[in-house]
Amino acid sequence: MSAQTPILDIKNLSVHFRVYGGVLKVLDGIDFHVFPGEKVGLVGETGCGKTTTMKAILRVLPTPPAVIPNGEILFKGQNVLKMSERKLLDMRGQGISMIFQDPTSALNPVFTIGQQLEAVIRHASPQNHRLSRSAIEQRARLALREVALADPDRLLNSYPIQLSGGMRQRVCIGMALSTDPELLIADEPGTALDVTIQDQVLRLLQRLVDEKQKSVILITHTLGIVRQTTDRVYVMYAGNMVEVAPTKRLFAKPAHPYTQGLMAAVPRLSGGGISEGIPGRIPSYMNPPVGCRFHTRCPYAMPVCERLKPPVFTVDDEAHQVACFLYDAPDKVQAYKQEQVAV
Amino acid sequence: MRLVSLDSLYRFVTFITQRLFQSIFVLFGLSILIFTIARVLPGDPARTALGARAPQEVVDRLRAEMHLDEPITVQYTFWLTDALRGDFGDSLVTRRAVTTDIAEFLPASLELVLFAGIITAVGGVVLGTISAQHKDTWIDNVIRILSYAGVVTPAFIFAIIFLLIFGLALDWLPSIGRLSEGIPKPPVVTGLITVDALLAGQFGTFWDAFQHLILPGVALSLGSLAQEARITRSTMADNLSKDYIAAERALGIPDRVVMTRFLLKPSLIPTVSIFALDFAANLANAFLVELIFNWPGLSRYGVNAMLRKDLNAITAVILILGVIFILVNIVVDLVVSALDPRIRLRTARSD
Ligand SMILES: Nc1ncnc2c1ncn2[C@@H]1O[C@H](COP(=O)(O)OP(=O)(O)OP(=O)(O)O)[C@@H](O)[C@H]1O
Ligand code: SF4
Ligand SMILES: [Mg+2]
Repeated sequence: MSAQTPILDIKNLSVHFRVYGGVLKVLDGIDFHVFPGEKVGLVGETGCGKTTTMKAILRVLPTPPAVIPNGEILFKGQNVLKMSERKLLDMRGQGISMIFQDPTSALNPVFTIGQQLEAVIRHASPQNHRLSRSAIEQRARLALREVALADPDRLLNSYPIQLSGGMRQRVCIGMALSTDPELLIADEPGTALDVTIQDQVLRLLQRLVDEKQKSVILITHTLGIVRQTTDRVYVMYAGNMVEVAPTKRLFAKPAHPYTQGLMAAVPRLSGGGISEGIPGRIPSYMNPPVGCRFHTRCPYAMPVCERLKPPVFTVDDEAHQVACFLYDAPDKVQAYKQEQVAV
Repeated sequence: MRLVSLDSLYRFVTFITQRLFQSIFVLFGLSILIFTIARVLPGDPARTALGARAPQEVVDRLRAEMHLDEPITVQYTFWLTDALRGDFGDSLVTRRAVTTDIAEFLPASLELVLFAGIITAVGGVVLGTISAQHKDTWIDNVIRILSYAGVVTPAFIFAIIFLLIFGLALDWLPSIGRLSEGIPKPPVVTGLITVDALLAGQFGTFWDAFQHLILPGVALSLGSLAQEARITRSTMADNLSKDYIAAERALGIPDRVVMTRFLLKPSLIPTVSIFALDFAANLANAFLVELIFNWPGLSRYGVNAMLRKDLNAITAVILILGVIFILVNIVVDLVVSALDPRIRLRTARSD
């Protein structure tokens, strides 16, 4: 697989938020990529920057306050951060589309499902733009049937407030799939729902992406879901990618102390559960810890961790990488230290 | 489809009926309040009306005619009986039926305030949108400073400045009355000269009347325009960081469509609500502006009535302002519920 070129390739991306009282340095030079047809998981406790990364990819972070001081986001070889409006529109929807975290806030409260879904379909491609109203409506109905929503006619005329949480989630999935994207981002689908409905929704999503052979980024708090559905997993902590590995290997042999903590906290359903394996909380982004951002909570922290940001080390082979000094290969860290001194 | 529209028609009619029914009580209460206040103010209206030199028995006769010596409850009963028949008594100042006076002066004020309202709505929303879209840039800052200036400066200051600069010094626009001399008046249909002129096809008259509206209209509108701009900007800036906007953009809807459609509609709701208050306030604020531009409007008439203790005129003017306020609020509630399905559906459910 690694011989292929990634469909999405993020290099050294940082995102800051300029807020009242200072700058939140949220994303801190992350690397992340997805190969065509690959299903990639992204895990990490709440506030670690998962959604921020995804919004950056689609360039929909609110600016202000968001600023991107450095980094590259390559989608099929083109830098998203430098794309023209026209190219950006081509990428959004058909290239990449996203199921947002909370279906309630992701749907516009004052427009009907039909108005929103039809606008998405109409702008999905230049061909769609020329379709008649009724053809678009037909496509919208199909999109809703696709996500197992009965009575699409009534739904198209309904406002989000008239739907249950589970239905809203399905609508969001249907909307994201209606553009037939090459890469689908699913940001904690179903977290806002109760367990049975969450399960149904995830099964549905899984079936749909399997059928259509899409590349997928799946963000979730629930490690069990990652284990079942993804090929490779990234672990994120406080704006850093701390570990990446093929899914099986990550679960069999988690390398980063944070990942090990996460595994210890399994199986929790959502949110708070993750941090229970590791005492303490995610640090402030206004003054993030110098060195390894995890050192304030890490049981293995060494003096070097408080001074230097750990570079990425290889565990066993290239596919498994970890940003932690415990995996220090003497030659690499030596070179790294010199570099830091030189700066 | 058909069912949906019948259903909403039914809701519409129910809503209007309910609101009109409620307004009856509001107006009834308002009439008692204003009737009482007008009568407990010091000074004898009959004496004021007739002048200091009128013989006492003439004054007494007028007092008797006006039932001024009866207890206030009896006076109110007399007034209400007449009022229900559409007779609000005569003005002590103009010596005409109060209703005649109002029919003459109200349209002038309405035309002015409606015109100011249009400027407020369009200008406020446009400036607010520009501001939100350029949040925290110099454009936003310039609009912010202008808005603060607009909010804190009373309308009459603008009126005087405009009169001096554009009316007198530059002589760009007319600054006295509603129509230039020698311009034919259109037949009265609505009482709004611009509208009546258009209805009658008298475009020359329309243009002249329109020019007369500009200075007082703009002067009157600036305060509320500034306020609407602030509110639109802050709601919009708020909504701009909502997930549904990010989602709509993420799914490939062009920014132009997102901003003018999907962001504008939810952002207008507070603007429209405040607009109702501004509109009513402008009817009252119009007084000095009407005075400065010699505009024959109701505010001027109302203030004169207060100063002269013209009881019937005071009561009628306040009631008519009450009616307008109620109507504007009904319209605003309709617009808000058209914009916001959450409100619409909530009312439908509670029925
Ligand atoms: N618009 C914004 N303005 C200021 N700070 C922001 C903004 N958006 C995100 N942040 C901050 O960035 C950090 C990361 O947020 P993000 O939503 O990416 O986390 P997440 O990993 O998706 O968490 P969760 O699991 O709760 O969804 C948080 O501390 C958040 O407060
Ligand atoms: S680099 Fe140091 S502090 Fe960071 S995870 Fe590794 S051991 Fe812990
Ligand atoms: Mg998130």
